[in-house]
Amino acid sequence: MALQSLDITARSATTTPVPTARQTTKVAKLIDISKCIGCKACQVACMEWNDLRDEIGTTTGIYDNPRDLSDQSWTLMRFSEVEVQPGRLEWLIRKDGCMHCADPGCLKACPAPGAIVQYSNGIVDFHEENCIGCGYCLTGCPFNIPRFSKKDSKAYKCTLCSDRVAVGLEPACIKTCPTGALVFGSKEDMILHAEGRIADLKERGFSNAALYDPPGVGGTHVMYVLQHGDQPELYAGLPKDPGISPLVSVWKGIAKPLMSLGIGLAVFAGFFHFVTAGPKEIEEEEENRS
Amino acid sequence: MQVTRRQFFRICAAGVGSSSLAALGFAPGEALAEVRTFKLARASETRSTCPYCSVSCGLLIYSLGDGAKNAHKEIIHIEGDPDHPINRGTLCPKGAALLDFVHSPNRLRRPEYRAPGSKEWKPISWDDAFSRIARLMKDDRDKNFIATNEKGETVNRWVSTGMLAASASSNETGYLTQKIARSLGMLAFDNQARV
Amino acid sequence: MTNHWVDIKNTDLVLIMGGNAAEAHPCGFKWVTEAKAHRKAKLIVVDPRFTRSAAVSDFYAPIRAGTDIAFLGGVINYLLSHDRIHHEYVNSYTDFSFLVKDEFGFEDGIYTGYNPEKRSYDKSTWGYQIGSDGFVVTDPTLQNPRCVYQMMKAHYSRYTPDMVSSICGTPRDDFLKICGMIAETSAPDKAMTVMYALGWTQHTQGSQMIRTAAMVQMLLGNIGVAGGGMNALRGHSNIQGLTDLGLLSNLLPGYMTLPGDGEQDYQTYIDKRAFKPLRPGQLSYWQNYGKFFVSTMKAWYGDAATAENNWAYDWLPKLDKGYDLLQVFENMHQGKVNGYICQGFNPLGSAPCKIKVSNSLAKLKYMVIIDPLATETSEFWQNHGEYNDVDPAKIQTEVFRLPSTCFAEEDGSLVNSGRWLQWHWKAADPPGDAKNDQDIMAGIFLRIREMYRKDGGAFPDPILNLTWKHRQPASPSPEELAKEYSGKALKDVTDPKDATKVLVKAGEQLNGFAELRDDGSTSCGCWIFSGAWSEKGNLMARRDNSDPFGIGQTLNWAFSWPANRRILYNRASCDPSGKPYDPTRKVIAWDAATGKWGGADIPDFKPDSAPEDGMSPFIMNPEGVARFFALDKMAEGPFPEHYEPMESPLAANPLHPKNDKARANPAARVFKDDWATFGKPDKFPYVCTTYRLTEHFHFWTKHVRLDAITQPEQFVEIGEELAREKGIKAGDHVRVKSNRGFIVAVAVVTKRIRTLDVAGKKVHTVGVPIHWGFMGIAKNGYLTNTLTPFVGDANTQTPEFKAFLVDVEKV
Repeated sequence: MALQSLDITARSATTTPVPTARQTTKVAKLIDISKCIGCKACQVACMEWNDLRDEIGTTTGIYDNPRDLSDQSWTLMRFSEVEVQPGRLEWLIRKDGCMHCADPGCLKACPAPGAIVQYSNGIVDFHEENCIGCGYCLTGCPFNIPRFSKKDSKAYKCTLCSDRVAVGLEPACIKTCPTGALVFGSKEDMILHAEGRIADLKERGFSNAALYDPPGVGGTHVMYVLQHGDQPELYAGLPKDPGISPLVSVWKGIAKPLMSLGIGLAVFAGFFHFVTAGPKEIEEEEENRS
Repeated sequence: MQVTRRQFFRICAAGVGSSSLAALGFAPGEALAEVRTFKLARASETRSTCPYCSVSCGLLIYSLGDGAKNAHKEIIHIEGDPDHPINRGTLCPKGAALLDFVHSPNRLRRPEYRAPGSKEWKPISWDDAFSRIARLMKDDRDKNFIATNEKGETVNRWVSTGMLAASASSNETGYLTQKIARSLGMLAFDNQARV
Repeated sequence: MTNHWVDIKNTDLVLIMGGNAAEAHPCGFKWVTEAKAHRKAKLIVVDPRFTRSAAVSDFYAPIRAGTDIAFLGGVINYLLSHDRIHHEYVNSYTDFSFLVKDEFGFEDGIYTGYNPEKRSYDKSTWGYQIGSDGFVVTDPTLQNPRCVYQMMKAHYSRYTPDMVSSICGTPRDDFLKICGMIAETSAPDKAMTVMYALGWTQHTQGSQMIRTAAMVQMLLGNIGVAGGGMNALRGHSNIQGLTDLGLLSNLLPGYMTLPGDGEQDYQTYIDKRAFKPLRPGQLSYWQNYGKFFVSTMKAWYGDAATAENNWAYDWLPKLDKGYDLLQVFENMHQGKVNGYICQGFNPLGSAPCKIKVSNSLAKLKYMVIIDPLATETSEFWQNHGEYNDVDPAKIQTEVFRLPSTCFAEEDGSLVNSGRWLQWHWKAADPPGDAKNDQDIMAGIFLRIREMYRKDGGAFPDPILNLTWKHRQPASPSPEELAKEYSGKALKDVTDPKDATKVLVKAGEQLNGFAELRDDGSTSCGCWIFSGAWSEKGNLMARRDNSDPFGIGQTLNWAFSWPANRRILYNRASCDPSGKPYDPTRKVIAWDAATGKWGGADIPDFKPDSAPEDGMSPFIMNPEGVARFFALDKMAEGPFPEHYEPMESPLAANPLHPKNDKARANPAARVFKDDWATFGKPDKFPYVCTTYRLTEHFHFWTKHVRLDAITQPEQFVEIGEELAREKGIKAGDHVRVKSNRGFIVAVAVVTKRIRTLDVAGKKVHTVGVPIHWGFMGIAKNGYLTNTLTPFVGDANTQTPEFKAFLVDVEKV
């Protein structure tokens, strides 16, 4: 399996050029929200396959359980009751998780060599053994996806079942999806499939049905078919026009030159804090407020 | 673009830190990017049917080992059978969680006995349990069996012991249970179809 | 299901009502999404709650729980008054033209023959007019006011859109829109499928709800066709199989019935069930009842069942009354039951009115639990705090808890909702000392038998003579048992037309029930399963999933009863001349060249009966046609009538406001002491309905960590308006109480439950999912049958879990 490393197109905090001789088919997962019944089979299959078990939590008055993504829950359903047309209730259920951006903000932001990689098939994968727990991937992510383990302070997220895809299988969530709301294949085929679905939805009265493949992140390898493509925020706050956080540009533009100047030991100590303790949630919240 | 002081600090810290770490010889090795090894490569595969609802989703059950005598067939993974005409590989959240049903901490492992008025279970051997149950059933049947009704009609029924059969058990179990129940003259006998 | 899961992809319209297929049967529901994707099918959902099925529907309408007959009766009225029916189909294949006895009548909600004290009917007038030739009198012009068509039209003319809306709380326009969509499928080349489950069965008039929907399907010509049918989505993996095998108090295998006390004479018992044709030229397949019965008795009692002892007829227990679950718990409550065996069944959670169930169990001398999991029932005697507050010292029941295997640890077959018998294989050994169910049953039975052999006792003959030809007596193998119920020839079976021609040699497995004989020469434990294991081998284990006709008829995958047939009544998919109504979805057709029926399925018909013979498609009925008029088969009347649930927010039935006898189902059985346990709307003003969630399976998956994670804690659902009135916010703890007890759970406040306008008043619905209890690894909770009334459907005695009254308050 080690040869898989040759199929890498991008690698965090690495300046060595990547090998480009071999090209593999770009893959994509398509999530058709108009077919999703919110059964959470994908959540369960994801945990089962990836040997994860989230905590048995509590009910807070909504169907979303667990309440949020975590190091153990790499995907979950977010339920929204909306009335786009007055008097006609819709229960929009969105499977949340890593979007596998073509231009991944997490990877760009990551300072740990090889902790985040992008395979030539489009999958963005975390390699936790290299993760230093700094939290930058979360800053870089326009979809608020990576989560940190309380046990090892490392970042975790959906791998698009890179281990299954590597041997020619579909991801666990795709396989299990009872209604075919999740489909998987080449990105090209998925776009075609989405076109068919959108035409069908338009016939059924959803005139704004559209594909969600946001250009701000170079397109994604996880795409949505939305009944209300003009209002992605209806779907539990799916960002309308996501882009990579400005902080990541700072890292690319300013921090690197600064780094080469080799400033301050205090900074060095600060880094060890991240390695040993991981990011503090409060810092994350402060950033969000600022 | 706005960058707070704290953010600026963190950006510098991480940047310097990583390159400095490398200088100190803490570089994360070759950092070969490998996907997680595919875990089913040589596991045994068994075809089964989901025990929950009546859709009858086909299952592939994966267990450790290749069937060799010395390998204990621990079940490590269950997913849908793609050849099955109905589920075509899919499973609902219950079916997708079957691994944790098989390995539930609340699976019963030993026969147990609770004495009248007791607050606890006591272990009992299978042989003792079977013999004691058979004795209780026979005594009750012998005492309360109704061979003829008040009109003198032959009715041959036993209604002072009842049974509920499992509608998740196989046809073979069901058939055997039906035979046994009726041979004893049981009528107070239903399965989940009643509710 | 008359059809099967994959066939749903052939439909044009799906009606999900009395069920929530997306929630409870997600992988079967996929065939709805396939029909939508590939046939442009539409999905209608009618439910008190906007469900997961509704989330992907094309049209949703709310309905008050328990009023489905009013809704569907309104659909019948719409179809008849707008003449949107499949004329040739109803004229040729139903009882439209049959004349009903003059004495039969219906007055203010009550049919002829009612006895209010007994709460039951003398049904002698509920029949056809029979001519001097012994056949039913008909009027093909349909003008006679006593013909079924005219009587049905008159009966449902009262179910106007306004009346429907008033009873059901469904907005009138929503109701009419649905009627219009349904009426489209009266076209011969359009099909609708109806998918239902416990949302119809768990009412005091559940059987009649299902019947009303079946009548709608008949009017539209949607029975027997691909993409049509009445499709019961059953709840357990082998609930179909156990029903088929007759594991119900009144049944024998293959829907044969146990005799009653009065049926002392064997031949009378058989003749009463071997119906003679009621119209000329009809098959009336139950005429073969004797063959099925004798073959079963040969399977059970072998050489001890002889012509001389009427095939051991007297060895069968006879019924003096029903012994359904509710009756048995009533008996137990009265101290008349000493022992109870729960094989994979958790009645403390599954039977209604937990307090009554719990008190009843405490009166047992002994109880045996056979289960893979630690169920609530197995610890009914144990104090589990507020969730099971009992005093063990006061409970004198001896309890045995025997660990059994689960699906992954055994071989065997299961029957799915679509009647497919499918084999599965053992993957691993069970944990600890757990044994499979066959070994456990054998372990108990062989010891009882040995005691009778040694010591004698009450009527030992059937016990001592029960066939037990197992290579390992203590461990009967699934293969041996499967061969036994499938059946074999005990002597050479010859062709009835040519006695020199041997069809099956003595000792060989039979090919199917057509080879069964009533002379003791065949043995077959379950006639409808006959042929599942023939000389060709175990057909249930077949795995060829090819679909040569493209309509999902995988005839070489497993085995489907009866006779590997996949769509029941499929003769009705063709017109009287034998041509398919929809050639693009041809199931079968008459082939004049070969003189046979054939196609993508096994014909549900006499295979060589030419259309000119005039044989009708419903061969199990002695009339040969389907019945709108149910004769004496239903407890509460030949035409379904809306009655209120036993506990209802209305003081009277809006259809019969002055007749209190017709308020709730007049034929529903209520035990004397239970009347006092029913609540009234003054104290319990809200309609409550219980149901399942997709994350859980009954009371099993709270033992399963992955499912406990996705739905960890008990909750109840209330609408926004009720929440406002009561000052309840999402996440608050609320107490839901009925006249029988209360539960406390987290509130989910939702737009998905609407407040309905019913007969001029506002009606709120409270939704209660059932899955929690005091055992398991999910958060402990209250068994929800704490709330439910101890009353069942008048025909099946299935408890009314879907509509009763509660009050709600913030804790």
